[in-house]
Amino acid sequence: MLGIFFLILLGLSFGVFFFRKKSGYLYSLLLVMGMVALTTHGAVQALNGNSQSFVHGFNNIFRSATDILVLDGLSAFFILVINITLLVGLLYANGYLKPYHSRMGNLRFAVHYFSYIWLYFSMLLVVMLRNGVLFLIAWEMMAISSFFLVIFDADNRNILKTGINYLVQMHVGMLFILVGFLLVEKSTGSISFDSLPTYFANSSNWPLFLLFFIGFAIKAGFMPLHTWLPEAHPAAPSHVSGVMSGVMIKMGIYGIFRVVLATQSDLLIIGVLLLAVSLISGLLGVIYAILQHDLKRLLAYHSIENIGIIGVGLGLGIIGKATNNQMLMLLGFSGALLHTLNHSLFKSLLFFNAGSVYLAAKTRDIEKCGGLMKTMPYTALLFLLGSIAICGLPPFNGFISEYLIYFGMIDTMHGAGFSQSILLLFSIIGLTLIGGLAVFCFTKAFGVIFLGSPRSKQAENAIEVTHSMIAPQIISAILIVAIGVVPALFVKPIFGIFSHDLKIIIPEYHSFIANLSGISAASGVFIIMAVGILLLRYIHLRRKPIAAGPTWGCGYTLESSRLQYTASSYADSLSQLAKPVIRRKIITEPISENDIFPPSRAFSTHSEDVFREQLTNKPVNKFLDWMKKIAIMQTGQIQHYILYAFLFMLLILILTYLNFI
Amino acid sequence: MLGIILIIIASLLVPGVIIRTKSIASGRKGPGLFQPLKDLRVLLRKGSVFSNTTGLIFRIAPSLSLASIVCALTLVPFGNQGALITFGADFVFFAYILSFGKFFAIIGALDCGSSFEGMGANREALYSMMVEPAFFILLGTFAMFTGYTSFTDIFYGFHLSDNNYILIFSVISFYLLIQIVMIENSRMPIDDPKTHLELTMIHEVMILDYSGFDKALLHIGTFLKYGIYGALITAILINTKWSIYIQIFAFFAVVVCLGVIIGLNESFRARNKMGKNPQFVLTLSGIALVAFVIVLLLMGKF
Repeated sequence: MLGIFFLILLGLSFGVFFFRKKSGYLYSLLLVMGMVALTTHGAVQALNGNSQSFVHGFNNIFRSATDILVLDGLSAFFILVINITLLVGLLYANGYLKPYHSRMGNLRFAVHYFSYIWLYFSMLLVVMLRNGVLFLIAWEMMAISSFFLVIFDADNRNILKTGINYLVQMHVGMLFILVGFLLVEKSTGSISFDSLPTYFANSSNWPLFLLFFIGFAIKAGFMPLHTWLPEAHPAAPSHVSGVMSGVMIKMGIYGIFRVVLATQSDLLIIGVLLLAVSLISGLLGVIYAILQHDLKRLLAYHSIENIGIIGVGLGLGIIGKATNNQMLMLLGFSGALLHTLNHSLFKSLLFFNAGSVYLAAKTRDIEKCGGLMKTMPYTALLFLLGSIAICGLPPFNGFISEYLIYFGMIDTMHGAGFSQSILLLFSIIGLTLIGGLAVFCFTKAFGVIFLGSPRSKQAENAIEVTHSMIAPQIISAILIVAIGVVPALFVKPIFGIFSHDLKIIIPEYHSFIANLSGISAASGVFIIMAVGILLLRYIHLRRKPIAAGPTWGCGYTLESSRLQYTASSYADSLSQLAKPVIRRKIITEPISENDIFPPSRAFSTHSEDVFREQLTNKPVNKFLDWMKKIAIMQTGQIQHYILYAFLFMLLILILTYLNFI
Repeated sequence: MLGIILIIIASLLVPGVIIRTKSIASGRKGPGLFQPLKDLRVLLRKGSVFSNTTGLIFRIAPSLSLASIVCALTLVPFGNQGALITFGADFVFFAYILSFGKFFAIIGALDCGSSFEGMGANREALYSMMVEPAFFILLGTFAMFTGYTSFTDIFYGFHLSDNNYILIFSVISFYLLIQIVMIENSRMPIDDPKTHLELTMIHEVMILDYSGFDKALLHIGTFLKYGIYGALITAILINTKWSIYIQIFAFFAVVVCLGVIIGLNESFRARNKMGKNPQFVLTLSGIALVAFVIVLLLMGKF
């Protein structure tokens, strides 16, 4: 029954084209809500251990003997993550797209909503399909629909170019996955995720893992395969960036999870590789984020950082599996999975707020913002919540997933051998630095955008966005706080997934859950103290004289917003330290000795992504040069082309004669 | 609970000890032991001046910062009493909740829209980011050595060890914790609290615009940090099996020592050049790594 509903909803999505802008939105909202209700029901059933109704419905329709869709704990969890963000994203989109209503036609909107719905459907299918061919079809649908979403504002040529860059990179990734599946097919005779364990049992593990990992890592945005990410996210409309960063890149994580859980040997190599790549992604991601001035690009680099944290969890899980340490395995995998949910919550929240800032201040350049908290208090508070959560600070959700990973590492250290101890210690250092740098990054972002005084006319005239844009974000906000304050409620089901799928039974289970209650207690103390002190302050200040005055300017009394610390100056101290890993271009004309009265000069700094330069741009440019050289053959004269054909046939003849082919 | 009360009492003493030490070392008569407390009372009696640029964040930042420190306080063990709240890997929570307070202190400073405060905020963010690895390496090493993960158990297990060479590790931890408290509280050689030039300050320049109640809260926060780190140092140095009276006595001795060390340090040495601070702070992580290697050796993991 449910299977039929699923197919009906898929079919109904084409109806979007028959509606105008506003009714089209409502129609797609209804469809998405229907799908959310349907799949949430299935997912919750699956998490409780009975997945049958949904799956069987499908098998009946297609008369298939084997399960087409499989809903295990992992799929169910990802479905819930997808549902939350996609629904919130669509609710937010209504307000966000309003200014575009006058500029764009009905068809453009219809295509947009249609792509949104299909991105949603394809992601659901990606996490449920097991057959390799069907999986790749869903994977491709996901890439194409997200491509159309990115190029929504395609009047801007740059956006189109970015979109095509995105599409190309997605296909490079897909190629790797395809080759991986073909290898599995060749060895086991069936092309499916379910035959991975058979393959891994009989052949060397790390080459196939590497193939799949590269394919999925391009989607997930592990460094150095991330280069599409900081381009595509700023180009897309904000609700799309939120969805892409919040859940779509997690499909890469889902894929890696599937492969990782199937691996059986070479585990230590795989674990260490994943850990190393993840730590590099985490550290460099956040360092690059600090240097960005474009808010959405900053957030995009932060996604890379968070993917890094998820990867650290995964890597530790595999190392746990390799050393037969069930606690580390459970905590690593669970930390990674919980961070996937957490990141989808706060990152989409931050992207939505970035969109609100963009709408209100007409700029994404944080150097032009400032003082927005006074005019946009709700957006500011939600952004602040997201910022604190993404820094992994208690009492919010980011802390819980990082805590699981930390606990896994710290708990393992006592019994670990020499090399493993060092590995764990450096992971701890990496994670700590990532946390500290994230605080650096988000104090900068929040401070420069929302605090102080406005740095431009646009920022001064900004007004708060409509309630229809604020309200959906509250859903994410509530979940962020809930996971942070009562973590046991959310961690238990995740433990359940792994202890069920992986047959992990740990004796320390209950004592670990008690630790989570400890976090709740400490968070409670913090909240009580905060409220208490604020109350005390309120009562105290009521009786005291309060005066207003200018900010202390060291005797300089002329107030000017240009005196404020800028984002560049804030980032400068770090970029001095991080010189080895970043490249900054400083464009200025030095003052020479004879310049007694120097005229006005411009100064600007640009930070470049070293990986994009070295790994994408350089090879592509080399290749283009090479192709240009070959283009000499393209003369435009028909005689030459006939000659080429003749030469080719001659070549074939000779090769056949020599028994080459 | 007893521990928390004692830590609060002791932390109110430390600033007085520091200024007494400094005045004796420089041959001045100087203010009395309770002068910082009297200053607090003055601040609490005063009204407040708020800059026109500031908003909500500026007003709530000191309260949240103090709340985070008090929350951290409940996780700190005292002698054989244990902490009020204790759970596995609680030192991660400890470090992160303190970060939460710093987060608000930093954005509170940025709310003033002043170049000075922005600069101070930036430096605070940078140094506190760089000092964190040292703390984590240190506690990670403790966890590795003892096999426990919570503050209370770690220090309990630490003193159960019959390996006498572990004293080397205690000494290094003692040194590291003193340096960490200096950086946390922006004392010499990272920062000079008595400097008069805004450009060379870190912490003081962040709180330039605070007055009255809020400023008092910020001061109380720094005071409490002395007590918290003092308790941690005591837990490392003093065997938890000894009786509670010895613990209390030792704790006060350690806290007074901490004050004297900071005071002497500030009397006889100059502040680092600002550009050298990152090196100085990162060196602590290096020293912590040395401690880690020593423990690896002692545990026979090589």
